[in-house]
Order: sequence, then C-alpha cells, then structure tokens
Amino acid sequence: MKVLVPIKRVLDYNVKVRVRADGSGVDLANVKMGMNPFDEIAVEEAVRLKEAGMVSEVVAVSCGVTASAEVLRTAMAIGADRGILVQSDVDLQPLAVAKLLKAVCDREDPALVICGKQAIDDDANQTGQMLAALLDWSQATFASKVSITNGQATVVREVDGGLETLEVRLPAVITTDLRLNEPRYATLPNIMKAKKKPLDTLEPAVLGVDVTPRLSTLKVVEPPKRSGGILVSDVAQLIEKLKTEAKVI
Amino acid sequence: MTILVIAEHDNQTLKAATLSTIGAARALEGDIHVLVAGSDCSSAANAAVQVEGVARVLLCDAAHYAGGSAENLAELVKRLAGRYSHVLAPATAEGKNVLPRVAALCDAAQVSDVVGIESADIFVRPIYAGNALATVKSTDPIKFLTIRTTAFAAPGLGGSATVETVAAGPDLGLTQRVRRELTQSARPELGAAKIIVSGGRGLGCGENYRAMLEPLADKLGAALGASRAAVDAGFVPNDYQVGQTGKIVAPQLYIAVGISGAIQHLAGMKDSKVIVAINKDPEAPILQVADYGLVADLFEVVPALTVAA
Repeated sequence: MKVLVPIKRVLDYNVKVRVRADGSGVDLANVKMGMNPFDEIAVEEAVRLKEAGMVSEVVAVSCGVTASAEVLRTAMAIGADRGILVQSDVDLQPLAVAKLLKAVCDREDPALVICGKQAIDDDANQTGQMLAALLDWSQATFASKVSITNGQATVVREVDGGLETLEVRLPAVITTDLRLNEPRYATLPNIMKAKKKPLDTLEPAVLGVDVTPRLSTLKVVEPPKRSGGILVSDVAQLIEKLKTEAKVI
Repeated sequence: MTILVIAEHDNQTLKAATLSTIGAARALEGDIHVLVAGSDCSSAANAAVQVEGVARVLLCDAAHYAGGSAENLAELVKRLAGRYSHVLAPATAEGKNVLPRVAALCDAAQVSDVVGIESADIFVRPIYAGNALATVKSTDPIKFLTIRTTAFAAPGLGGSATVETVAAGPDLGLTQRVRRELTQSARPELGAAKIIVSGGRGLGCGENYRAMLEPLADKLGAALGASRAAVDAGFVPNDYQVGQTGKIVAPQLYIAVGISGAIQHLAGMKDSKVIVAINKDPEAPILQVADYGLVADLFEVVPALTVAA
C-alpha cells in the first residue's frame, strides 16, 4: 500500500509575523521557513505505518515555489521514500492545491493520503477535505490515532465535545491533529541519505490543472492591539478591579 | 440573494454556534434558510423555526445523517447549493469537516473563519494565528464561508419560518462512527461561557489542575479551558484546548493560570473582553495582553481568589 503525504513550506512557527506596511501581505523576505508542523506529523505517521509493515512506500508531495524542495528533503530525512514537487509561483489556494494533489493521486494511485489538518500560514483547514471530495474518497479529519487493518482505517478524531472513532473505508484522506504523534528529529545520516532520494518536479500545466486563484486578497492589516493592562499587587486588589472597574464578576 | 446555513445540532436543539452563524447570515441581507439534517431531528428543526431572521427551515431526516458523516452531508448540501448565493457553516470541528468538502464538490473556494462581512463578496478573516487580518474578495458564484462564532452575535427568538421537507441524499457508506467519548461536565460549554478559567503547564499535573481550578470555576460558574501544553501533558482532555488549532473563545472574563502565552494560545483567547493572567514569571508574554496581571505563585493565590470571589 502506498501513502501520499502532501506537505507545505510555511513561515517557521516561532517567527514573529510582520505585516507589510503597505497592506499587501505578510513579510516573508529573509525569514526562516520550514515544514508546516501538522505536515511533519503526517510524514511521521506515514513513516511509522511503513515501519510497522502496513505500508510499502511513502511519497511526499509539495505544491509551491522551487524552494519547497527543501521541505521535501526534510520529509525524506524523516523517512519518506521519494518526493514530488509541483512547482508554481502562483499563490496556490486550497482548492487549487487539492486539484493538483488529485492529479498526482491519479498518477500515483495511493490507498491513503495523510495530510496536516491546516497550514499555520493561511489557517484554512480545507485542502484534505477538498481532496477527498474531488477523489470521491472517505475522509477522517483531525486524527489523534490511526490504525489500519484489512482495507479499513480506524481513526480517532478530536471533535468539539471530546473524541469520536470512525471506521473508514480505504482509499481515504486522513488529516492530522497535534496529538497523533511526536515527529522524530531527522538525524544527520538520514539528512545525508535524503539528498540521494529521488525528487521529481512537475508543473500544474502538465497535470492539466488550472490554478488561478478564486479569492483575491484586497489587504492585510495588523489586528487591533489590546491596550496595555496593569499589574495588581494581590488577590484583594484583583477582586476589587474585577468587581468595580471591569464589572465582570 | 438567498443564504443557506448548515445547522449544527444534536437532533433536539441547535448548538450555540449555529445561532452565531445565523447572526453572520443576517449581515448579508438576504433570505435565510437553515438546513437541519439529522435523524429524528424535527425538534431541532422546530428550534430553528423560532430563530429571528430565518425564513425557511429545510428538514432532512434520515438515519444516515445520524453519525455526522461528512461525505453524506456534503453530498446533500451539494444538491441544494445551486439555489443559494452563500452557504455558511460555523467554524467548529463539524463545520470545518464538512464545508470544504461541499465547496470542492461545487468547484468553489471556501473562506475560512470569517470574522467580518463587508459586502456580499468581501470578507475579513484572520491568518497566521490571528497575527494578521486579511480582507478577501470571492469571485465564485456561490460563496462558501465558515464563521468564527465569537465574531457574530446570536439573533433572538420570535421568528416564524416555514418548514420544507427535503429528500435525503444517498448513503455513501464511506465512514461509520463507532464510538464517541464526549467529556461529561455540568459546567458551561467553552464556546458559550461568559467566564473561562484556563490552566497551563504551570499547574504541574492534572491533579493540581483539578484541585486549583475546579473550585474557582465552580464559584464563578465558569467553563474550564487549557493551553496546548496542559493538554499534551495529559492534565485534561483535548476538547479543553484553547488556541489557534483548538477552540477560539471570547468570554467576558478569561482567567489564565500558569499559562505563559505562546502566540498559538493567544490566538484563541485574545478577543476576550477582560483577561486576567496569574503567573509567577514577570516576563511571561501573557502579561502583555492581560488587563490585570498578578505575578505570584498560583498555588497561593488561586485558593485565595476562590475564597474571595
């Protein structure tokens, strides 16, 4: 069984976001980029399934600018067998990415796609669900536990009230939540090995996909700042402030 | 312009998130229809009838909508969507699960987590964990929006919508819900609570979390929340998590106890009306967004606060 893992190159989660003064977007010049943390969890899960003998091959796919090859190398250092870069300089929105991934699935014929539930840049939380729709596959989002037996996945999902367990017919798209696993650190020997693994590059036109954005961004601004608060000296003063000033208790 | 709101409900009553989503639909100034799809869900449909601003309730009652299957529900909504200019769902676990699937089936984009509606096709949404607000314009004939429920007020009652029964779509049989483990609590729901007491790593363990925060929450009639660190460490279940990837809350009062305030946590609570932070570290980032900060040992001040509140 082959598993496809879509991954995205995003602003590193520790970097402070700076909004450009002209309102055109977020400043990504000369800042640290890396793999979307949820996608790292997806790669780790796929690699663990392979190590458990459930999966024969793990293919990482990234759609985006040429530099996205870096995150594919990271995925291969974690244990993905090969990488596919769908290279495009267009602002790829979730629907376009889902269409590109569908085209890659049509070529690669995986039984399972594991992807991050959302990217920490656009926070859209759409691509996995859209891909499942385009493929007419089952979906299991926000997974915190995955097991595979006899052409079926059992997935524990994090939902608003707690947890629920789904039995999911394969092929399927699973999206990862934070507590599915703790991704390993890529070791130096594995980073070296990853450099020799195959990495193919495709273009949207070759896949026959129109990636024209459907949403145009008119402006990006900083959210209103909270005005600075005060430090209180003790519980009595805190209670007094909450009762008489803020009037919330 | 006619707007479809996909209701989230338990077959008996509507979830509070549905009401806020109807509130957002009212900002679009069109006729509002609400889809109640479920199993034995006529009580929920009757609840929707009474919501102010709703013109019509679409009732779709079939056994295969009982399990919350995104595949089955998306197929149904796809068939209905052609009649609408906008299709809305709350940005909850359920809404986020199903609406992108519908949008893709209709070859349309989705605008996630809408916090502002500027016109019929221009919307405001947070990106980068709320560190930026993007204003986006949609070019699709049908607009698919998930609504950040804290950003829109729930309408009142007094509506008198008509009910239309719609035929069920197929049961695709792709997924089956076999178990639910929902957290049982007599406290208010996180998303709807007026006061939230939230705990982080500073509490040290689950026992301390419960010993310190439960009495305070009970005294204040508050819901309990947590940072990711506290959930990852197993102090509390996953549904307590407040943050970029957990629940987004905006109560009247948010009391953060032993939470340092990573940006991912702030993303989930910084729209609260009043924020109190109790932390022994004077450098903790949470103190920069707090209205009232108390730099102290939480194990001393939380019991005192419980007594005094």
